[in-house]
Amino acid sequence: MEIGKESFIKQRAHRPMKLLSERTIIQGTKYVVLILICIIIFAPVATAVLGSIRTTGEFLARPFGLPTKGIQWENYTSILESNSFWRSARNSLIITVGVAVLNVVLSSSLAFAFSRIEFKGRELLFNILSLGILFPLGIATLPIFLQIRSLNLLDSFWGVILPLAAFSLPLNVIVLRTFFGAIPDELEDAANLDGCNRISFFARIILPLARPALATVATLSVITAWNDYFLSLLVLVDEKKWPLPLGIMQYQGQYGTDWAKIMAYVTLLIIPAIGFYLLTEKYIVTGLTGGELKG
Amino acid sequence: MAATRQRLGIQPLLRDQKRTDKLREEINKYLTVGLLVLPGMLIFVLFVLIPIFKAAQYSLYEWRGFGELTNYIGLDNYDRLFHQKIFRSALKHSFLITFLSVGVQLPIALSLALLVGRGTLRGKSIFRTILFVPYVFSEVITAIIWSYVLHPSPNGLANLVFGKLIPGFEPQTWLASPGQNTVMYSVFAVLTWKYFGFHMIIYMAGLQGVSRDLEDAARVDGANEMNVLRFITLPSLASTLRLTVFLSVLGSFQQFAVVWILTREGSPANANHIISTYLYKFGIKTFYLGYGSAIAITLFLITLVFSLGYQRMAMQKDYSKS
Repeated sequence: MEIGKESFIKQRAHRPMKLLSERTIIQGTKYVVLILICIIIFAPVATAVLGSIRTTGEFLARPFGLPTKGIQWENYTSILESNSFWRSARNSLIITVGVAVLNVVLSSSLAFAFSRIEFKGRELLFNILSLGILFPLGIATLPIFLQIRSLNLLDSFWGVILPLAAFSLPLNVIVLRTFFGAIPDELEDAANLDGCNRISFFARIILPLARPALATVATLSVITAWNDYFLSLLVLVDEKKWPLPLGIMQYQGQYGTDWAKIMAYVTLLIIPAIGFYLLTEKYIVTGLTGGELKG
Repeated sequence: MAATRQRLGIQPLLRDQKRTDKLREEINKYLTVGLLVLPGMLIFVLFVLIPIFKAAQYSLYEWRGFGELTNYIGLDNYDRLFHQKIFRSALKHSFLITFLSVGVQLPIALSLALLVGRGTLRGKSIFRTILFVPYVFSEVITAIIWSYVLHPSPNGLANLVFGKLIPGFEPQTWLASPGQNTVMYSVFAVLTWKYFGFHMIIYMAGLQGVSRDLEDAARVDGANEMNVLRFITLPSLASTLRLTVFLSVLGSFQQFAVVWILTREGSPANANHIISTYLYKFGIKTFYLGYGSAIAITLFLITLVFSLGYQRMAMQKDYSKS
């Protein structure tokens, strides 16, 4: 027993030295693995960007490589000078802003009523809404398409905006409700004494306090709406209404084998996506992890 | 005093006053509630609940999308559906993607979260940012980039890289190979590229709740790293693991754009559909909307059964805890 303990202590005493080298090896391996994976993640993106500034011939001959015949800006200018690109960009913007605004307004009102007002049927309504979390949009597209058609919203931006907003309501309401519920009652009492009614308490105190949570809701709606393809494909028949994901598919259809042009279009869509991501990473991460992940 | 007041009729008056005040307050409250709740609930009911019930009804009719529902055929659409070879293979593919997502994609995401998410790794947040980037790309962009990466020519990026790494490697037709499920495995690789970062982020958040003291204690007691992982870290992550399995399964069943674009509408010979692409090609584009509704309802029932069963069996604990 005694011996065992002694050898244990001895072992512990030796450990720092051993640990150091072991740690360096482990850290080193970690870096190698991570850098390899980052390369795998980035290689496809890099080929797209490199492809967009070369000729299709160069691109097909060597997927990686710098331009040998000068930077091919025409790949970009031909897109940027076309009406259809800007029209698609505008359409995407309309849909995205519509969904984000609607989502913030509707989900914060619902969450406020569900968290801070006692009324009959509150739990029932909240439970019905929460059920929605079980059915993602991608599963109900045909039913939505039929409903949009019977409401005469085909070829209208509302036909895309309203379902996109409706399907993200449940999760947003659940997130915001928890947030609003955590705001202390004393604040509401004080506001009441100062003559605030419910609506002005909501608008002037709750909403400003909940700004980070609202930003998260808005950011995630922007990503969903900006990237939507399936719903727009079903609802928007007129190509003048097409957002960017449909626009690029049409462009690809036209320039089938002209990869350089297609990669230029891809790059034009990737750059704002990465920019937006870097600006809002904090909100995206809080949104997906319920605020648990910091830094 | 009281008697005088009652005689003078003051008390009832006061009580009435109080009652109308209370009534007014109630009316006020419900007006506010109505204002806040109705618009959102209306949209939810109109675009989420009603469509699903309507589709269930349509699925019992032979219906080309126009005119009244007259040709009631009971469950014939479903019967026809399950006798379709293409649908059966689409169903199989959807399950294959789901199975791979849970069995391969999640472990990759978890390993990376363990690598990036803990310890004193310098540049941790940069790695996290890079690994998560593909999640913000649209599915269309993802599919277009990868249709080049998986290009069948020897200069396609995948063929080129494998050709350099593996001697004697023959260029593959990744997205049109007739072999067993090759196309689906390629599609799955692309989906993993896009989505593992999402799960990784959730795991990283979960890992912050795992007690390091407990792990260290186990190490002092002589547990090796595998045992620490198996008996301390993973059990502490249980609720996060359950959540990601849930999200991963639902996510897999609702895939559409990546598969649709990469396989060029399910080709070759409609051998590479999943449920949603089959639904679009054979239920919507052809305007067999009764038949399409039956596909939609089948997809819906699969996710419903999974969701309810999984919530009841696996996730109950997580709800009661919070």
